[in-house]
Amino acid sequence: MKKTIKMREMADDQAGVIRKVGASGEMGRRIRDMGLVPGIPIRIQGRAPLRDPVAVKLMDSILTLRNNEADHVLVEVDVPES
Amino acid sequence: MTERRIRIALSGNPNAGKTTAFNAITGARQHIANYPGVTVEKKVGHVRHRGREIEVVDLPGTYSLTAYSLEEIVARDYLVNEKPDVVVDIVDASNLDRNLYLALQFRELGVPLIIALNMVDVADTRGISIDVNALSDLFQAPVVPTVARSKKGIDALLDQVVELADKSPAWEPLLISYGNDIDRSLDELEEVIRRGGIHSDTYSPRWLALKCLEGDDQIIRIISKNQVLSSEVTSICNRVAKHTLDTLEEEPEGIIADHRYGYVTGITRKVVKRRIESRLNLSDRIDRVLTNRFIGPIAMIGILYAIYEFTFWGSEAPVGWLEAFFDWLKTGVSAALTEGPLHSLIVSGIIDGVGGVLGFVPLILFLFFAISIMEDSGYLARVAYMLDRVLRWFGLHGNSVIALLVSGGISGGCAVPGVLSTRTLKDPKERIATLLVLPFMNCGAKLPLFGLLIAAFFEQGQARMLFLFTLISWFFALFAAKLLRATVLRGPKTPFVMELPPYRAPTLKGLLIHTWERTWEYVKKAGTVILGISIILWAMMTYPGLPDERLKHFETQEDRIKTTFLSHSEVGRLVPDLERLEEIDRLAAHLRGSEAAEKERVLSEIEDRDLAEAARRIFLSPSPQGEAGRDSIRNAYALYLYKMHDLERTRNREKFLSTVAGSIGHAIEPVTAPLGFDYKVNIALVGGFAAKEVIVSTLGTAYSLGDVQASEQGSLSGRLRNDPDWNPLRAFALVLFTMLYVPCFVTLICIRRESSWKWAGFSLGFNLVIAYLVTLIVYQTGLALGIGV
Repeated sequence: MKKTIKMREMADDQAGVIRKVGASGEMGRRIRDMGLVPGIPIRIQGRAPLRDPVAVKLMDSILTLRNNEADHVLVEVDVPES
Repeated sequence: MTERRIRIALSGNPNAGKTTAFNAITGARQHIANYPGVTVEKKVGHVRHRGREIEVVDLPGTYSLTAYSLEEIVARDYLVNEKPDVVVDIVDASNLDRNLYLALQFRELGVPLIIALNMVDVADTRGISIDVNALSDLFQAPVVPTVARSKKGIDALLDQVVELADKSPAWEPLLISYGNDIDRSLDELEEVIRRGGIHSDTYSPRWLALKCLEGDDQIIRIISKNQVLSSEVTSICNRVAKHTLDTLEEEPEGIIADHRYGYVTGITRKVVKRRIESRLNLSDRIDRVLTNRFIGPIAMIGILYAIYEFTFWGSEAPVGWLEAFFDWLKTGVSAALTEGPLHSLIVSGIIDGVGGVLGFVPLILFLFFAISIMEDSGYLARVAYMLDRVLRWFGLHGNSVIALLVSGGISGGCAVPGVLSTRTLKDPKERIATLLVLPFMNCGAKLPLFGLLIAAFFEQGQARMLFLFTLISWFFALFAAKLLRATVLRGPKTPFVMELPPYRAPTLKGLLIHTWERTWEYVKKAGTVILGISIILWAMMTYPGLPDERLKHFETQEDRIKTTFLSHSEVGRLVPDLERLEEIDRLAAHLRGSEAAEKERVLSEIEDRDLAEAARRIFLSPSPQGEAGRDSIRNAYALYLYKMHDLERTRNREKFLSTVAGSIGHAIEPVTAPLGFDYKVNIALVGGFAAKEVIVSTLGTAYSLGDVQASEQGSLSGRLRNDPDWNPLRAFALVLFTMLYVPCFVTLICIRRESSWKWAGFSLGFNLVIAYLVTLIVYQTGLALGIGV
């Protein structure tokens, strides 16, 4: 089953496909400039020792976002049928 | 046809190897300037290729060509205003999508573009192969595969540059589709702008229209100069925004970005072949360890510690050489010039002042080398990533930590290179907040004073005290940052969206260039600013000096002491005149601190029999069966020395108080008394503004010890300990004040260069106020509670 959640809510190592970047202005542009746009597959690479920021792997590079920025990125992930 | 010079602009994403490519193309033929009016560095280099002179301008690394960051505005303005012949976009072959996103924006702007497909070797090892010809056809721009690190493909790239430049192509904006809604309103806007006739030679109307829809501040400002046009444009933009928000829940800006990516991925899907789907490459595996929740912080502390060890280990010998060199220079000058104002100016003013600063060069060189390794390898980005959460709470940025560490975060850095390393911070407010709190860190120049006071008053647990002082400095730096960010520097936190570049082995050439660039900044300053300020300070601490009758008085006193010694009954025969006495004094200076055996050896070489005997009696320990009178000449000389020193002290103190610096110290006593500081401390602190190292030496002079040599610091600390005016509380107050009070002059100049006079002045006032209040509270509380008095 597919479900769209905020990037902040993703677990380490979880993969998904970006569905929407819900931020405008500078933050939205920064997020998009770095390649986080709808249709792009990503994987959570890890988190900093204080669980923030989050490191995301997309294609062959790693990006870091603060949790409040990751809130604006909606990702479609697989959830196991319960 | 005349062979005109070709001008190219080098652009690209950060971490795409742009700097390496710039170095590979231009070699050593480069220089740094700033873009007009901003602190963004502009590197310009030159190269001759196929007999043509090519000027290469290194544009700031950007991900996009919007107007959000200073770098983007600078890059765009350069392209539009300077119209370089060719733009070479350095593209990371293993990250084609994001890199072509920028390249596409160059095509939309219309600049003559060449794509340097860089790091094709890295892409290859990751199983990525790219069809260069297909990419060139689809993107309608020449594509040259390169490996800048090993200079592969650079010649072919320059061939292309010359070829394209000679065609002198007109700017040809690439038109792509951004979806039906946007495309239609673009047509409409373009027509409106074309009629308005704005900047038709600088920007194409369609590009202006596109930027308006993207909500680009800079372009909207240009448009708004024409009021009729402005209202028309705004109404169209608002209409489109409302429409797309209603139908697609997205602003036009987002839709445009998505279509750009769509265009790019459409191309990359055709030209990129992935042989293997590598899930975890080497870089990722290193990250698993180095940014691990538990191992990460420990490894970070270890690496930072290693940097300081490396810096001090590596610079110890060269710092010694430089010291020896300046000593040699001083001796040389002293020999060549007679005592007098000129001698004093050159030795105490210029050589000591400039030498004190230049003496730091090896330290800075090694520190920068280590930092360049961290930076070029990609580790520094991880440090920022790991510490961002902590620093954000104080209104700083993950990247601020680098500047704080360099400035003395582990005790013993220097704020000057620290100030320079704030350049990695993009947001002006975060940058200035970082700049302003850097001087709180315990730089190497503050350590001698801390060492002195710890030795005098906190003898037990010396290392613990120094560690405590380090914690205190971090505490004040971070909370001052929070205070600033909540008041004068209030502003939103900037987005942290940042790339963690893959780990790479740095190239030696890159490291050397980075290290040299930064060290040179420091050396230049010592040669100009410090020279001037050294002379001023020297003058302040020398003039006006004692009046003649006072000097004469001291001379008379000196003569009287000498005569008394010479007229001593035991002395008369062996030391008949002043000349002989001077020889004895020289011997005394020469023998100070020597072992008994060494003394014997020196004395045995004396030819004059009388002198030899006098010296033997005075300088060698008396034997138990010593002849009568030996002790008395020894004692007489000791008494003579004591009187001379005492006179010297009195004269130095009076001389000191008669100078401008001395008067200032006196004048501000009422202000500093509540902190526990008297005029002597004040003078030292005034001197410390030039360089914090001066505090200890000035204290020494003020405490009438004459010139305090490093080896004699113990005696100053002993003197302070025994001085009834001093106690642990007062010492602690002085430590606090020194830690916080002002950036040294060089740092101030650097802060001004990186911001403005306004902020440099603010830094001075802000630090003084903080230092005063903190010290006042601590000292008065201590007094009231009777702690440490």
